Amino acid sequence: MAALLDVRDLSVRFPSAEPVKGVSFTANPGEMLAIVGESGSGKSLTALALMGLLPRQARAGGQIAFDGSDLLSLRERDLRRIRGRDIAMIFQEPMTSLNPVLTIGDQIVEVLRIHEDLSRRHARARAIELLELVSIPEPARRIDDYPHQLSGGMRQRVMIAIAVACNPKLLIADEATTALDVTIQAQVLQLLDNLRVKLNMAVILITHDLGIVAQWADRVVVMYAGRKIEEGFPGPVFDTPYHPYTRGLLAASPRLKADYHYSDGPLSEIPGSIVSASGEKGCSFRPRCPVARPACAFAVPELLSVSAERQVACPYVPVLSEVAHVAPVGR
Amino acid sequence: MSLLSVDSLSTQYPGAAGTVRAVDGVSLEIAEGETVALVGESGCGKSTLGKSLMRLVTPSSGRVRFQGRDVTAMSSKELQLIRRSVQMIFQDPFASLNPRQTIRTILTAPLAVHGVSGRKRREAIAAQMVEHVGLPADALDRFPHEFSGGQRQRIGIARALILQPQLVICDEPVSALDLSIQAQILNLLVEMKTELSLSYLFISHDLSVVRYFADRVLVMYLGRIVESASTSDLWRGAKHPYTQALLAAVPDPSRRKQAAPITGDLPSPHNPPAGCRFHTRCPLATDICRTEDPTFRQLADGHAVACHHAQ
Repeated sequence: MAALLDVRDLSVRFPSAEPVKGVSFTANPGEMLAIVGESGSGKSLTALALMGLLPRQARAGGQIAFDGSDLLSLRERDLRRIRGRDIAMIFQEPMTSLNPVLTIGDQIVEVLRIHEDLSRRHARARAIELLELVSIPEPARRIDDYPHQLSGGMRQRVMIAIAVACNPKLLIADEATTALDVTIQAQVLQLLDNLRVKLNMAVILITHDLGIVAQWADRVVVMYAGRKIEEGFPGPVFDTPYHPYTRGLLAASPRLKADYHYSDGPLSEIPGSIVSASGEKGCSFRPRCPVARPACAFAVPELLSVSAERQVACPYVPVLSEVAHVAPVGR
Repeated sequence: MSLLSVDSLSTQYPGAAGTVRAVDGVSLEIAEGETVALVGESGCGKSTLGKSLMRLVTPSSGRVRFQGRDVTAMSSKELQLIRRSVQMIFQDPFASLNPRQTIRTILTAPLAVHGVSGRKRREAIAAQMVEHVGLPADALDRFPHEFSGGQRQRIGIARALILQPQLVICDEPVSALDLSIQAQILNLLVEMKTELSLSYLFISHDLSVVRYFADRVLVMYLGRIVESASTSDLWRGAKHPYTQALLAAVPDPSRRKQAAPITGDLPSPHNPPAGCRFHTRCPLATDICRTEDPTFRQLADGHAVACHHAQ
């Protein structure tokens, strides 16, 4: 199957820093791909680069092949035709993404009229269908509501309705459920997954929540300090994480099911913070890494392909010595 | 005797759309050395309850007793004395630290307010505290913006603990932090609890964290406590359908792509449903739930629930 999205060596540069340093990954049609990382990992800038929505001072390098065209070399005019129609994005805070002085109906109709040749009346009918698709009760009545009349969960559903209005091939959800309560978050994730199947749409979930990744993603990319450090299916990645950072992160997270209480002992910690990676010549996790060796300070570790679906950017993973074909795949 | 005992506490906010009973007749106890978690979704009243205990928000009725003394009836002078023993840690350490004050000023100010005399002595205590919470020694002369999120929370903890309180109310202290930092702060809080024999009221929406951190859990829904149990009992068998739904909604690898446990939105706290407040979203709801408010009843030793159907 040809990938819908093929990102090669993507970098994002600001005059004073390079927060994304050569990231490669693919997304297949109808797939739920998770990009997971903490703040400062570069996951949100990666998403903005895919949308062509980077801040003015930022420069993107590398290639983003989407459905046959390289997004980074497109003119703004052509990009605008793709953005919102073939690639859509939803954000963490629906209240700041929705226009408070327009009804939700107006905002859905606007997208439909920009990208599709629809009369006002047909666009409104289609907007009601879309509200129904995202399970908003009484859509014919709610269509004339303003954003402030809706709950946080309903507002995020409206954002999703706008995003899927033109049947996009790719939907990017940047921490889209982070601000929601846990029972509402479960509903919205379920909705995204249903739409993924119904519309055969690829979804990229950008999140810091390992539980969400483990429960919903088909594949996961782990980022740290601007680089991809591990990739694989969520089952194997969470059962036997390879990279010392992924291992540390999983060990440090209190688990709902784990029968582990503070009276049993402290949680495992990753010392320091991601800030300590800045200015690092070698592996950016080295200052916090429990298995770092002197060599880690000099060169950025290459991504190693352990199997067809599994990559890790650390040569000191014990399992590597048992795997027959470990091939470097660049950084 | 419990350290803190709360009896039928209610706190209301007046508003254009009518009064909101953010906390509606809540009773609870915290024993010495105990960590009690208060969990619930936004709007359930957990933060208002936390603020009402030391009258940062004035409760409209009910009683709060700290070491047997009635906080609700105290003069403001007495209240100030009590507040020395009950401190708070907030979610966003940056918003709760004055950006124009050095850490030295931030940490010595509470000591001065509470009558620790001698600048030298106050600064010595601050220096000790800085070391205690794992901040670098030169932190005292720096400003909040020079620190990372995790370090800022360490400053917030140092400020809360510098008066040697007995009870610390932690309102979502790790929710704004990255996962790798969260474990550091939780470990620090446990360490401090043991060393200084603290009690915590730990307000949180994160059940995985509560599972690790709390001795006992209170579950709140729309201003009421709906279930109370020891942490181990609650995880062995939550009795309230809301608690069960909350636990089932936490993303978990064992539930690959499963349906959401409950449908529907949180009702508005302006106008909570009649009868049991959870009946609009409850899979077990019957006629009695729509009309009769369930009483909070003991099911087993230390396990209480407000539900007509729980067994």
